[in-house]
Amino acid sequence: MSADLTDSILYLDAVSVSFDGFRALHDLSFVVGRGELRAIIGPNGAGKTTMMDVVTGKTRPDKGIVVFDGSIDLTTRDEASIAAFGIGRKFQKPTVFDGQTVEDNLLLALEGPRSAFSALFGWRSRVAVEQIIDKLAIIRLGDLRSKLAGSLSHGQKQWLEIGMLLAQNPKLLLVDEPVAGMTDAETEETARLLTSIAGEHAVVVVEHDMSFVRALGCKVTCLHEGSVLAEGTIDSVSANERVIDVYLGR
Amino acid sequence: MIAFFFRKFDRMATGFVILLAAIAILVPVLNLAVPEGSPFHIPTYLVSLWGKYLAFALLAVALDLVWGYCGILSLGHGAFFALGGYAMGMYLMRQIGTRGVYADPVLPDFMVFLNWKELPFTWYFFDHFAYAVVMVVLVPSVLALVFGWFAFRSRVTGVYLSIITQALTYALLLAFFRNDMGFGGNNGLTDFKDILGLSVQAPTTRAALFALTAVFLALGFLVARAIVVSRFGQVLAAIRDAESRTRFLGYRVERYKLLVFVVSAAMAGIAGALYVPQVGIINPSEFAPSNSIEAVIWVAVGGRGTLVGAALGAVLVNFAKTWLTGMLPEFWLYGLGALFILVTLFLPKGIIGALTSRFGRPGDGGAQ
Repeated sequence: MSADLTDSILYLDAVSVSFDGFRALHDLSFVVGRGELRAIIGPNGAGKTTMMDVVTGKTRPDKGIVVFDGSIDLTTRDEASIAAFGIGRKFQKPTVFDGQTVEDNLLLALEGPRSAFSALFGWRSRVAVEQIIDKLAIIRLGDLRSKLAGSLSHGQKQWLEIGMLLAQNPKLLLVDEPVAGMTDAETEETARLLTSIAGEHAVVVVEHDMSFVRALGCKVTCLHEGSVLAEGTIDSVSANERVIDVYLGR
Repeated sequence: MIAFFFRKFDRMATGFVILLAAIAILVPVLNLAVPEGSPFHIPTYLVSLWGKYLAFALLAVALDLVWGYCGILSLGHGAFFALGGYAMGMYLMRQIGTRGVYADPVLPDFMVFLNWKELPFTWYFFDHFAYAVVMVVLVPSVLALVFGWFAFRSRVTGVYLSIITQALTYALLLAFFRNDMGFGGNNGLTDFKDILGLSVQAPTTRAALFALTAVFLALGFLVARAIVVSRFGQVLAAIRDAESRTRFLGYRVERYKLLVFVVSAAMAGIAGALYVPQVGIINPSEFAPSNSIEAVIWVAVGGRGTLVGAALGAVLVNFAKTWLTGMLPEFWLYGLGALFILVTLFLPKGIIGALTSRFGRPGDGGAQ
């Protein structure tokens, strides 16, 4: 197990969380390697979002081990310090800063000092501007850079949020249902984008859309009732009897 | 930051500062240099009345900074205003000296009346103007720091935060009503004689206080403006629009909130200190929850998240209040309530917000 731990970017061992008697996570254990792309599937209530909450510090686990980058214990940290270690998160519902421009949204996400005093007395560097132009090109929102984020379509907001994740330059990206509300073409494009950034960053994608998961072409973990039901290639997981029973249906 | 600040310095902000500079000069001139019979003469009572409006405008700017730009709806900003006012009032009380009814050289009248023999330690050094000025800023800031540290760290937000700010000002109201608190109880502090050796009643002093209030309103506005156009201000707006997103981007939301809350409280304290010598009294009713709610209405009427709108709203609503309470005193509260409902229904962005979205370019007012 220790080799697993040191080679991993994210290591969960026997993590349990309950809310008012409801066990959201139950002895959940899985490992994500450095630079790996991983898809997480599972029925509603399987614990996918709770897992992300535990990793990003929003929820404290009742018991279990959560280790980032082989050595950092995440169970005692808050959201801001976990983000500073290099974990970025995209919410299920696209969450961008509606009152600010696309460019300013990216600027806020850009890796760099986060303290109140640096924000009060700092200034925009040329490097930052280049970085932002770069990210705008990746998410194809260059033409909309000075539009308010609130005026974007649902799919564009999803992309902007992914762009913000990239601007953060995290070691691990947690992406919750990135293609909800996207057209087929946008979905394909998103799959291509996520596969292209994996390697440099580890990416964990929670998704219901099986054709999208197939397009990612990566290892799949199926959760059920707060623990791992099956893990492996998309073909082996979707052929698994129990996965078919609880999730995919016959 | 300086260049960035000026780049975003729009016409409305420039106009507002120029307007304040103009009235800071013009009103005292029209009051002091123009003879009383002239139609251009401004009587002294109006100078003080408008000085009071400008002090309220500074309170409104302070409130808009936290509410309009960071989403912290404080229903207790009147407490910071009143504390600043009390600090100034304590200085003014100690200037009375032997001219009081009981002619005690050290103790203010109400203490002699209560048969106190010694000055309470809270009143030490308040005979020094510089000390009083420091307290005007320090007391509201420290209260905001302690209150904000607990509230923001525990992630109290939205309506829950509003309710505890209301409780804060109500608790202070009850405390200041008590005689043993040593701040004049029910009657508060009044009968002021001089400020810095000048009679508070003299037209020249009143004109100077007016000009000073205009200057501090301009300074408060410029500080608030500098904050909201900086990167810090962008983070504040981010917190307002999506707090948890901001947190997951790695910002320590509670520190940002705390810093802006303390700056705003200090500004409210200064507003209170400018208000007291012009109205000549400070008593516990300044802590009344309804005062803080009224301040929120000024900001909503003028335009939340515009700063200029907040100041404008404060002046307009108070002007209407003076006029209506003179004409139909029993209708003022109905008028205020109706105003709030009408603005919420028909001008959700307030006066300035409605004007900029109709005529202005995006970003002109800062309201989005």
